[in-house]
Amino acid sequence: MDWASIFVLAGKELISPITAVYVLCAIGLSVHFGYTGLLNFGQAAFAAIGGYGLAIGILTFHMPIWAAVIFGLFCSAVFAAVLGIPTLRLRADYLAIVTIAASEIFRYLMTTIGFAKVTGGSNGLSQFGDEFWAANPFPDLDYGFGPFTYRNDEVYVMVIAWVLVAICAGIVALLMRSPWGRVLRGIREDEDAVRSLGKNVFVYKLQALIIGGLFASIGGMIFVLNLSNVQPQSWGTTFTFMIWTVLLLGGAATVLGPIVGTLIFFVLISLTQGLLSGLVQAGVLTFLSDPQVGQIRFILIGLSLMLLVIFRPQGIFGNKKELQFNV
Amino acid sequence: MSQAKTLRSLGKLFATLGLLLAVLFGSAPAMAADASPSPSPSVSYGKDALLIRGTIKNDKTPVEGVKLHVTGNGFDQTVATAADGTFTVEVPKKGQYDVEVLVDSLPKGVGLRNPDVTHRTADLTIVNIAAVLFPLGKDTRVVQPFGEQLMIRLFAGLNLGLLLAVAAIGISLIFGTTGLNNFAHGEMLTIGALFTYVFFAQMGLPIILVALIVMALGAFTGYAQDAFLWKPLRKRRSGLNQMMIVSIGFSIVIRYVLLIFFGGETKVVNGTFENVTLGPIVTTVSSLTSMAVCVVTLIGVALFLTRTRIGKATRAVSDNSPLAASTGIDVERIIRIVWIVAGALTALAGLLYGMQFQASWLTGFQILLLLFAAVTLGGLGTALGATVGALIIGFVVELSALVLPLDLKYAASLVILVLVLLVRPQGVLGKKQRIG
Repeated sequence: MDWASIFVLAGKELISPITAVYVLCAIGLSVHFGYTGLLNFGQAAFAAIGGYGLAIGILTFHMPIWAAVIFGLFCSAVFAAVLGIPTLRLRADYLAIVTIAASEIFRYLMTTIGFAKVTGGSNGLSQFGDEFWAANPFPDLDYGFGPFTYRNDEVYVMVIAWVLVAICAGIVALLMRSPWGRVLRGIREDEDAVRSLGKNVFVYKLQALIIGGLFASIGGMIFVLNLSNVQPQSWGTTFTFMIWTVLLLGGAATVLGPIVGTLIFFVLISLTQGLLSGLVQAGVLTFLSDPQVGQIRFILIGLSLMLLVIFRPQGIFGNKKELQFNV
Repeated sequence: MSQAKTLRSLGKLFATLGLLLAVLFGSAPAMAADASPSPSPSVSYGKDALLIRGTIKNDKTPVEGVKLHVTGNGFDQTVATAADGTFTVEVPKKGQYDVEVLVDSLPKGVGLRNPDVTHRTADLTIVNIAAVLFPLGKDTRVVQPFGEQLMIRLFAGLNLGLLLAVAAIGISLIFGTTGLNNFAHGEMLTIGALFTYVFFAQMGLPIILVALIVMALGAFTGYAQDAFLWKPLRKRRSGLNQMMIVSIGFSIVIRYVLLIFFGGETKVVNGTFENVTLGPIVTTVSSLTSMAVCVVTLIGVALFLTRTRIGKATRAVSDNSPLAASTGIDVERIIRIVWIVAGALTALAGLLYGMQFQASWLTGFQILLLLFAAVTLGGLGTALGATVGALIIGFVVELSALVLPLDLKYAASLVILVLVLLVRPQGVLGKKQRIG
């Protein structure tokens, strides 16, 4: 078995822009669930709206890239408002069902042939990143060393993705130390107590839903720019539940939780998968084939989600008192 | 509650499920392997295999579930296209084969570009792989008058609604007695549908026997889930939202285990269709049977809930579980019975679904949101409400196809769900206090 390449692959996962995308979505979900207690099962839709907003803004409305970014964020905020206004007054599990339904509705709308002129249907959209790549300040060289050598385009996305992660984590840290953040935590712990202090709980919840959604949309934009295409099937419910798993692993109500949770999770998955496919190729595991090893990843996601929620709902960093799942 | 205990019982749950799969797979798919290959990207064919393959696309969009009938040289098999629109048939010997596309299996509104050509010849006398093409386009079949289309859609909606009702009653009873929104419910349906494929399509057992086996299997999955997962969690006093997320994790695990064992392609559970014509409606014997079975089952459940002691106790627990306990009802026993009944009913729904619409590892997950929509629409936790909600969803899904593109019909029912929550959050028949 090639141990070196297994570890190199895991190391590459650590700095990959896709990992940063998951971190951004998890930061958004930490605002929703960790700090405010909203059960948002539609995080995939927020990311997808960011990605599609960017692509459609550039391709259909011929916007410059900065305007398309703002357009994507605007769509995401509108989506959060449309979703939140009917459901945030209801019990938490209604929000869960409505958000998952809404994210599937969005995916169906992007897939249907009816809107294919704008959305590209099931083939999705591509060719929207020219302006983004043209703005690459890195000279056309190879960067890094040994197996960690990257082209200038890869370095460019990577730097942007992780700088955004740092900025977003900083924003969340500041927000949650502010009086506004304390009200959110109050809502999570006891909604009625906060209401009795004269705060408009509904408005705070709506603000949290919108802000958390914006982080996910930024993540979605990085995702589609990195892949140079946006397709509806990337944004299924599995994406959402993966975000939940990494968030709960790190600790939902912490600033570093989403970051560390994602890193640990991706490295673990990469290592197990490398190990398993190594064993398959060496002929030790005869009952699995290579594509099946890829499916093991999802079984691990499901299992870790179950075990974490049962045994350590506060995550690695969380404080047990701070995160009790309340009914 | 001790963590070790919960962990042990979790271990037992997976061990039981693993054992179940192992036992079933020891016998079944071993013979599946040599029986008949299905249209599958994951099945690997030998180097010298004789294959007929092709892709059915409607203007770049792959069309799933289109049936093709391959005959010739004593060979006779019907296959359906997978989610990516592809199909592959392995034939035993060289020669010419006839491939017929079954026009009735095309989605509504889509027809063959050349409606006269439903047969193609695949010539495997020299080469090993032959590609067969059926270009699709706008449906050029004679358009029926609106009244007839409406009748057809209403009938299909009733069929789907009844099916959803049988599957949704389980969700509703479980929610009523335990407060859990069970996201792993769809997988119980998938298990029912896929094991119908194993026992009916592959092993060729009579359908009554298959129904009994599948329902027993469903009852067992319900029992095992409650005994090894949900009861220990209730004992730990886990929150309901916590258990809801556990059920999500559980559904992902089960779904991908099923994918590994069964592969990703759509399974042809029932390849034979006897058409029955009722006025403008053309339907099949299996659809009519399914509707009858659903009606009988729903009446049975209603009688069970209203006439038997256990049924009354179930409703009492749904209504107010501490009060029920104080009158001497064994709440845990009722919950166990509810899980067993829910498992059996959902597996039956899976069988009925598979017999009409075929099955894949994703079948239950795709219906899950419709089931939630049905249960929420009718009012969470009331069995009658779930039935009404399911019928509404069934009609909405099918009637929406009259005005919307076909690939949006599930989206339409989810939009209805969101709209109803906006106006009447407690559901059509729900009580106001439930919205909290």
